[in-house]
Parts: sequence; C-alpha cells; structure tokens
Amino acid sequence: MQHTAEREHYLNASYGLKSWLLTKDHKRIGLLYLFTITLFFFIGGAFATLIRIELLTPQGDLVSSDTYNKLFTMHAIMMIFFFMIPSIPAVLGNFFLPIMIGARDLAFPRINLLSWYLLVAGGAFALFAMIAGGVDTGWTFYTPYSTTYSNGWVVATALGIFVAGFSSILTGLNFIVTVHRMRAPGMTWFRMPLFVWANYATSLIQVLGTPVLAVTIVLLFVERVFHLGIFDPARGGDPVLFQHLFWFYSHPAVYIMVLPGMGVVSELISTFSRKPVFGYGFVAFSSVAIAVLGFLVWGHHLFVSTQSAFAGLMFSFLSYFVAIPSAIKVFNWTATLYKGSITFETPMLYAFGFIGLFTIGGLTGLFLAALGMDIHVTDTYFVVAHFHYVMVGGTIMAFLGGMHFWWPKITGRMYPEGWARLSALIIFIGFNLTFFPQFILGYMGMPRRYHAYPPEFQVLNVLSTAGASVLAVGYLLPMIYFAWSLKYGKVAGANPWGATGLEWQTASPPPVHNFDRIPIVTHEAYDYSTVHEEEIQVG
Amino acid sequence: MGNIQLFPVQGSTLAPEVDHLLYFLLAVSAFFTVLIFCAIFYLAIRYRRRAANELPEAGHTGYTLEILWSVIPFGIAMVMFTWGASVFFNAARPPADSIQIYVVGKQWMWKLEHMEGRREINELHIPVGRPVRLTMTSEDVIHSFFVPAFRTKQDVVPGRYSTVWFQATKPGKYHLFCAEYCGTNHSAMIGWVYAMEPADYENWLSGGMAEGSLADNGKKLFESLACVNCHKPDNTGRCPNLQGVFGSTVHLTGGATVKADEAYVRESILYPEAKIVAGYEPVMPTFQGIVTEDQILQLIEYVRSLAPKPGATAAPSSPAAAETKTSPGAAPAKR
Repeated sequence: MQHTAEREHYLNASYGLKSWLLTKDHKRIGLLYLFTITLFFFIGGAFATLIRIELLTPQGDLVSSDTYNKLFTMHAIMMIFFFMIPSIPAVLGNFFLPIMIGARDLAFPRINLLSWYLLVAGGAFALFAMIAGGVDTGWTFYTPYSTTYSNGWVVATALGIFVAGFSSILTGLNFIVTVHRMRAPGMTWFRMPLFVWANYATSLIQVLGTPVLAVTIVLLFVERVFHLGIFDPARGGDPVLFQHLFWFYSHPAVYIMVLPGMGVVSELISTFSRKPVFGYGFVAFSSVAIAVLGFLVWGHHLFVSTQSAFAGLMFSFLSYFVAIPSAIKVFNWTATLYKGSITFETPMLYAFGFIGLFTIGGLTGLFLAALGMDIHVTDTYFVVAHFHYVMVGGTIMAFLGGMHFWWPKITGRMYPEGWARLSALIIFIGFNLTFFPQFILGYMGMPRRYHAYPPEFQVLNVLSTAGASVLAVGYLLPMIYFAWSLKYGKVAGANPWGATGLEWQTASPPPVHNFDRIPIVTHEAYDYSTVHEEEIQVG
Repeated sequence: MGNIQLFPVQGSTLAPEVDHLLYFLLAVSAFFTVLIFCAIFYLAIRYRRRAANELPEAGHTGYTLEILWSVIPFGIAMVMFTWGASVFFNAARPPADSIQIYVVGKQWMWKLEHMEGRREINELHIPVGRPVRLTMTSEDVIHSFFVPAFRTKQDVVPGRYSTVWFQATKPGKYHLFCAEYCGTNHSAMIGWVYAMEPADYENWLSGGMAEGSLADNGKKLFESLACVNCHKPDNTGRCPNLQGVFGSTVHLTGGATVKADEAYVRESILYPEAKIVAGYEPVMPTFQGIVTEDQILQLIEYVRSLAPKPGATAAPSSPAAAETKTSPGAAPAKR
C-alpha cells in the first residue's frame, strides 16, 4: 500500500456529512441507498425472526395474535417496498449503470438524490407507523378489512409506501433517459451489458406500474377516511376491485424485484466462465418480454376471489407465457458454461445458487398458475415458499452476488474469499432448510398468516425455524467481513476478475467523474479477447 | 411434536384429480430441476479453469437450441394449463342434485345452516357420496372456506354469494380453515367437517334443536316483516307476486332482464330501488339494518320454495308461467 500522493476518487474527493447528504454523484447516492436498505433489511429480518420463533410451537404463545399479525405485515412491507424493490436497481444500478454505458452520471443527478430522500421519507413514515402501534392488514391491504375493520396505522403506512413509490418512479425515469441519451460513443443497444438491459426493462415497469399503486393507495385513503364506498359492499362498492388494482401493480412488482437480479447473474456467469452470455439477444429481449407480459397476469392472484371462471381461464393461460422468457434465461445461462473457463469465486457461487433456487421458484409458479391446483394451494404456505424462492433465493442471492462482484470496484478492497464462500454456502443451506418444508406444509393445507396451527404441522415448522437461524448467520457474516475488508482487505486492482464491462476499465474506486476520458466502445459486450493481455498477467 | 405427516388425506372426489395434477407437475419440475442442477455441476467441473490465461472461444448463438428450449417448455406449459383448467371447470359446476347448505362467515366464526333447519357453528356435517353445494357470504370482511382434504377453497365475500361444492368420499373428520386473512383471530376461525354415512347423516339431521326449515323460518319472517302485505300471492298487491319467480327471468323497467337468483333476491331486499320490475312503482323500503345475513338466506329459501318444483311442470297456473315469456311482473301490469 502506498500512502504517498493518494489518487483522488469519489470517496476521498470531499469529506463531511454535507458532502454525502447533498451529493449528486450517482456512486455516492448508490452507497446512501446501500446503507438505507441494509437498515430496512435488518428491521424486516428482525420481524421474520420473531415470526419464526412464534411458529416453533403450534399454540400462539410468544406474542399475541394482534402482534403476530403486525409482525408478518411489517416484515413484508419492510422487505418488499423498502428493501427488495430498491435493492439492486437503486444500489448496484445507481452505481454501475452509468459507468457500464460509459456515462459520467445519470441523466438527472438532482432527481437521483431526490429519489433517495423520498425513499428515506417513505421509510420514516412506515417506521413511525410501526413504532406508533403498527399495522395488521397484511402487505396486501385487502378491503374491506383495511378500510373499515383494521385498527392499525393503515393510512400512515400506506402513505409511506405512496411516497417511496415516487422514489421508484423517479429512479426508473432516470435510468430510461440515461440509457437512451448518455451511452458512450460506440455503445450501441446491442453492445450494452445485460445488467443494463435488465435494469432498463425494470425501469419500464417502475414508470408504468407504480402510478397504479399510487392511485390504489389514494383510493384506500379516501375510502378509509371519508368512507366513499368504492370498496364497501354496504355502499354498493366492490371489495374485490381493490384486489385487481393492487395486483395490477404488485404482480409486475415481482418482476421489478427479480429482473435486476437476472441482470446481475448474466454478468456473473459471463465473467466467471470468461465467455459471452449464450444467446445474448434472447436474454436481453426476454427481460423486456417479462416486463410486458408481467402486466397481463395479475388475475392469477384472484382465482378463488369470485373472479369469473372465464377471466380465471385467460389469466391462467397468459401466466404460462411468462414462464417462457424465464426458462430461456435459465437455459442460456447454463449453456454459457459450456466450453467456458470457469472459476468458483464467491459471486459465481451466488450465481449458481440463484439459478438453482430461481428454477425451483419458477417451476412452483407453474403449479400456482394451474387453475385446478391453485384452488388448493393458494393462500397456503405453498405460496409463501414459492415467492420466497423467487425473492430470497433469487433476488437476495443475486444482490449478494453482485455486492461481492463489485465490492472491489466500490471500495477498492477485496473481501476475504474464504469467509465469503463459507457464508454463501451457509445461506444456500439455511435458505433451503427454511423454505423447502413450507412447500409441503402448504400442500398439506396450512394456511398462511396463521398465528396458531394444528399440531400435525409442527415438525415442518420446527425445521423451517431451524433453517431460518442458519440463514440469519449467513446474512450477518458478510456484514462483518465487508466492514473488516474496508481496512484490512487486499487492495483491488482496476479489474480483479478479468471482466469486460467498462466499469472494470476505470480505477477502483472510480474517479469522481467515472472516467478520465470517455471511452470509445469498439467491441461487443463480453469480448474477453480485449481484456486478455492486460489482465491475465496481473491476475 | 405429534406424528409426522407429509401428505394430506384424500377426502373428496376432487382430491385425487388435484393430486394427479400434482404428480404431473412434480414430475416435470423434478425433471427440469435435476436437468439444470446436473448440467451446472457437470459443466462447471468439466470446464473449470485450468490455466490462468485461458481464453475460451466465444461461440455463437444457436438458434436451433433457442427455438427448442422455447417451444418444448411452451408445449409442456400448455399441457399444464389445459389440465389445470379442466380440473377447475369440473370443480366449478355443482351437480343439480347437490344438497344445499348456506354458510355465513364472520369475524371469527363459520355459521352453517342446513335447509332442514339445523344450524352449526364451526362444524359442518355432510353425508359421503352426495354432492354438497355451499352458498356463502360474509357479514364483515373477506374470508375463505378451505378444506384441505377436499382440495378446494373459495373466498367468502361480503355483499356477494359465492359457491363451492364437493362430494366427500369417506367418512372422517377434516380440517376447515379460513384461508383469507381476516383480522385478529384469523387463525382461530377454524373448525371441522364431519363426513358421515348417509344414514348417520339423516339421523344427525333430524336430531338437535331444529327450529323449522329455512324456508319455514323465511315464511314467518316474510309475514312478520309485513312483506306479505304488498307481495300478495293473488297478484293484487302493490308489489310483484313472488310465486314462481325464483329461477325465472324477470323483466325490468327500461327493458332489461335479470335472472332471479340468490344475488337478485338479496339485492331486492337490501337495495329495492336498484332494479324495478316492469309495471311496478319503486315503493319498497330497504331492509338494510333490519334483516341479518342469516335472515336474508331464510327469505331466499322461502322465495325459492315458491318456485315450481322440477317435475311439477304440469301445474296449470302461475308456476308454469315463470318458465314462459310471461314474466310474473308483466301480468299484473294489465290490471
């Protein structure tokens, strides 16, 4: 390490709280997001811990029913709206999307900072509601329970989500404009890394879908406060209409959560097998296809809601279409390995974990899309297991993989490889132990959101709780060694993995304006012959 | 910790159908999961990096492969769709000879009423070997009627009637759960379904403290609420004669028609101004807040009992008219 005349980069260019809170640098904003969502993740995780401890025994004995109902509600609200939706786009996308297309920043740096403040404000609303007494409607806020019967802090929580939604819309808008307008010379659409494609598709959903959530929350608000009767059958309203509006956003939101993770996995698989992603065009367009089709399938959440049987038929049919672009991705990632040069650093382990768990999560989605199967397993633990395989096994695996992959670029330091591999393994085992038994519980008929349950379900619940404690260790370890590596980690070069993206052609950590000279792109994405000579000797 | 159980009992005619679909879905899923896991393990080890400066060839997009692994999964997905839809549609249509039972959900209990008048709370007695049709509504929030052994569930929505049917195949005691989150004691809104041999069921049905059949109670209500003062059986009242209305097509002011089903009768009691029978004035007051969901069900059963019985088509007067173009509302208009 050389301490003399340290190179200026985005971290040491200025100091002090103000230089962070008023920064317009997309990289610093990315880190602000990282701290914020990590906080929300551990709050959501604390709720999950209490839920799993309660479910160790069939009786509701640790907390009261009301408290339990608040715990699963707030767990989901924290994890979905304040951790999962911003996670990969707002942290890794914010930091790397501009660099990966050779831009000096996002198109609207001030709006980018505003997005972060909106997330913080929304999160503060939601946290206030939780401290003030909590909310017990489930994250789905189904009417008329949420509008007439619940005594919780429904309005404050919903307003928090409303405000955070604008953060999501503005981030999406910023990404779309940036990708259209700020690409470096030679960076054509089909030379963009797949991570950029995935975030672009995600941004489309954020911009088009989130306003519907905003409208739904406004309707919920006026119904609860002014009793307009939109969702109230006693006033001629329709409670099921709320479910249509809610899922019109919240099903596409699932793809907001998982598409960026797919983008990360494409980068990881390519880098650690030193090969372009097989079927680049198919993988790129499958992201857009998922984004578009995602808007046409919301009714598969309503098969037993009294929705007409014909509508159910159409939504089931359309839901199977989404399976195809997802399958295309999994097959192409696997095919990328063929005749590659594969190494097993931590990010690659997470990528393998993602593919395996997403495969299970995706396939069990086919169970739920089948009408005759859904009438049995909907609203049971089968659904809980399915979406945790996609969201936790998929998105969080990808997020952690991405964090390890780009950690040297973000901080200029390597994380300790041994510990990181160990924690990846612990997370994989803990995850499966936690959530696989829930598939069986669901098929046996254990309904979700149950504070107490019949004794025959206990064995599987105990397994699940045991798995959750393993999983918790797996999530805490990276917190420790990442922090440790800031001071003691090996200094990373510009391109420790021999990767191809433009982010690896600038220093680690990157200079304030990302590049000393704007790069001119002359190659396709993932052309490893370009990094070959310079990198391999260093590595 | 109790005994370990990994598969739910099959208690209905639907259960094996759903389970067969499950086996198919499991087989396909297991195949693809094993395929992907093995491919990754094999390829990752076979092509592990052997020298630091290895540079594999880039390779090309294989269009044949892309088409194959799009079309084959799509074909399998369509099989899943068709199979799932056929199970669903078989389960959607209750047979005509189903036993009718009414269900009212409320925070946090199930109230069940048999036609013959027996009422139960959180328990449902049914005979094996006969289809049972539940007509359900809620007094407050959305609930969901779920019997895992029967492999079916249906949301119970306030302001609406939803139906579900099943045919139990063997006697036993099966869990009844509320599957839609409904507030504080959601997980306590549970009960048991007792499937009994038909003879036992008949015994059970005639026992207990039955207070007259649903239709009888509905008739008493119809009289005590003074409905009978206007809905006269001889077409002389200010409101339509209800003989034979149920199940018929009713002509409304403005030319529209409506099928007189449970939802229509309920609406007419609670929102009488919503649909006016052709030839009548909107004079009926609302009974919102006066009748409970249970009482509405009794009134519906009473009105249903006025309908022509299947097989009684030879009756000369008004019951037969319900099936023809002469709607019950049109006749008194000539008065």
